[in-house]
Amino acid sequence: MNKQDNIQTVRRREPITDTQLLLTITICIFVSMYVLAMLIWGGGFRKPQMLFDMLNDNAFLIIISCGLTIVMITGSIDISVGGVTALVAMVGVMILNGNLGLFNGLIASLGLGEQWRIVFALLMALLIGLAFGLVQGYLIACLQIQPFIITLAGMFFARGMITIISVDPQKAPQELMDILQNRIEIAWLGSPNKKGVMIPARMEIGVIVALAVVFLVYFLLRRTQLGRGFYAVGGNQQSALMLGVNVRKTRFLAHLLCGLLSGIAGFVFMMHTGAGNATNATAAEMNAIASSIIGGTLLTGGVGNVIGTLFGVLTLSTIKSIVTTSGLRDPWWQSITTGAMLCFFIVLQSVVLMRRAKNKEKK
Amino acid sequence: MKQNQKASGQFWANNSQLLIPLIAILLLVIFNLFRDPSFFSVGITTNNNGDPVLQGNLIAILNGASELVILSMGMTLVTAASGGQDISVGALAAIAGSVFVKVLKSGGAISPLTVIGGFVMCCLVAMLFGAFNGSLVSIFNIQPMIATLILFTCGRSIAYWINGGATPTVSSPIISAIGSFIPGIPIPTPILIVILMAVLFALLFRFTTLGLYIQTVGINQGAARLNGINSVGIKLLSFVLLGACCAVAGVISVSRLSLINHETLLINIEMDAILAVAIGGNSLGGGKFRMLGSVIGAYAIQALTITLYAMKVPSTDVKAYKAVVIIILVVIGSPVVKEAFDRFRKNLRGSRPVHTGKEAS
Repeated sequence: MNKQDNIQTVRRREPITDTQLLLTITICIFVSMYVLAMLIWGGGFRKPQMLFDMLNDNAFLIIISCGLTIVMITGSIDISVGGVTALVAMVGVMILNGNLGLFNGLIASLGLGEQWRIVFALLMALLIGLAFGLVQGYLIACLQIQPFIITLAGMFFARGMITIISVDPQKAPQELMDILQNRIEIAWLGSPNKKGVMIPARMEIGVIVALAVVFLVYFLLRRTQLGRGFYAVGGNQQSALMLGVNVRKTRFLAHLLCGLLSGIAGFVFMMHTGAGNATNATAAEMNAIASSIIGGTLLTGGVGNVIGTLFGVLTLSTIKSIVTTSGLRDPWWQSITTGAMLCFFIVLQSVVLMRRAKNKEKK
Repeated sequence: MKQNQKASGQFWANNSQLLIPLIAILLLVIFNLFRDPSFFSVGITTNNNGDPVLQGNLIAILNGASELVILSMGMTLVTAASGGQDISVGALAAIAGSVFVKVLKSGGAISPLTVIGGFVMCCLVAMLFGAFNGSLVSIFNIQPMIATLILFTCGRSIAYWINGGATPTVSSPIISAIGSFIPGIPIPTPILIVILMAVLFALLFRFTTLGLYIQTVGINQGAARLNGINSVGIKLLSFVLLGACCAVAGVISVSRLSLINHETLLINIEMDAILAVAIGGNSLGGGKFRMLGSVIGAYAIQALTITLYAMKVPSTDVKAYKAVVIIILVVIGSPVVKEAFDRFRKNLRGSRPVHTGKEAS
């Protein structure tokens, strides 16, 4: 009797969802990899600054991966994010260094100080991102064109526009970059340098923006009607429609949000590098897709978690740091190991999901 | 007369998906006629070796599109069978090219035998990588774009690694014969290779049931399996065939330049190949396919690029204009616009618009 009861309670427990399962796997792998790196290569990995450096370098990637996660949850895809990021960075830098004549005149006629250039750069970043999101969202959601082609065209357009605006690399003036590159110093996480002087851990503003975006998107996906709508549309468009979800609007908003986030990512990228270049953020879209996948988002839609995406980005950059610190100096090893790790993650996920599907069938 | 009309209606009903790529090419032709009629002139000049060769923009389009056409043929099969796209074709072609050069370099003097050996070797390697992609897709049930993301990430580095971090050159009359002209034949060799590949695929579909099987697997994998089709094997085979296409494209590309540069060889061609498949009217979700559509789509893309070059657009800016044309094309071909057009036509005829209920989805 007692035993029977036990079985009943065990069965009644809420089963872990696919999203949570994949998220748990990702976090476990990231933590174990980082701990292993600490144990084997020690040195840099034991300093908190290593983690902050990863965040500093990848803040923009975190933001575009968040946008991509939303789009992927609705079962769509956006490969224009890298191009938009680079375009925004280019335009932003050219506003800062005054090579875009239009804004020079605007600032002069309004009698504003040089610092206002930053505000205009930010506004332009949001505007470009929104514009891409609007057009792509409309074409995909309302005209029902395959998202891959539309966003591919978006990528071509953004990359082409960069070279139309300026073929030469651009550099932002130092005094404005000093304002943008204010670093937040965290003394208690500092580490001694070679001379034994404590260096505080440094974090850029972009990281805070990125973490805020992660938190907001998490809130959006978990707690709002729109967020649940993303999952519903990605899971099954037909049933979402029958449940009264406005599929067209939901898909449109997903792409709009993704465009806006890639605009913000472009500004963060500019804050980090202070340079506009045609080759900026190359293959960022593929890195973002890879991060989302490692984080447990499925391209088929309906499954995904933005916290996982954050860990996906960190996992990718940990792999890269491990390769560079482990002495594989030849330039090809970095991407070969990244590919191998990606392969491992993807196969692991698929095996886990396949086993679960089989178990469900048995029940 | 009436029968004739009916037959033509039947023809367009069967080939409606070819409409978009044909419209694209037609638009480009009309545009170029107004812009500069000499765009279409084809002349005969003598090349460095003193052989007469064909020259002109049309030849440049046909010649330059060769790799793209070959890759889009393979991409059509993969798209139809698996409902996804292979984004690693450029990287795979780079690997194949590296293996080809590696074999040529290792054999001392370049003779026809080493060239054939190199080609066979790179075909095998590319098909092996194709099988790797294919097994991830078919056995592990991973979406093609994610499965091929692996090779997309590391493929070009593998190519770099094969050549030990160098970009070796191969100069030999045989290689330049593959890349440009065979002495005595005025048509560029890559065009001949495309024709050969097209004939091979046509024979494959004519004398085997492969085409039907691929469509069946793409439309409904479960149903295909219940009908006794080995759906795992068919998917795998489509990826292996794409691998072979990559090898051919890689060899052509290496022979054109007589050197292998792993970073720039056929860069971004995967996007163009997918685009060719889509412009050709094939669904990117798999199922029914027309290889002819993809081929015409690929030529349309190349014609667009050459037109832009002829208009003195810098090569770095071409992408932006290309994007605009692509968007116009896909908007014309989108289901919503098509439906609106159908309704408009029916209104013209005087009958009431028919609501099929499809708009809701």
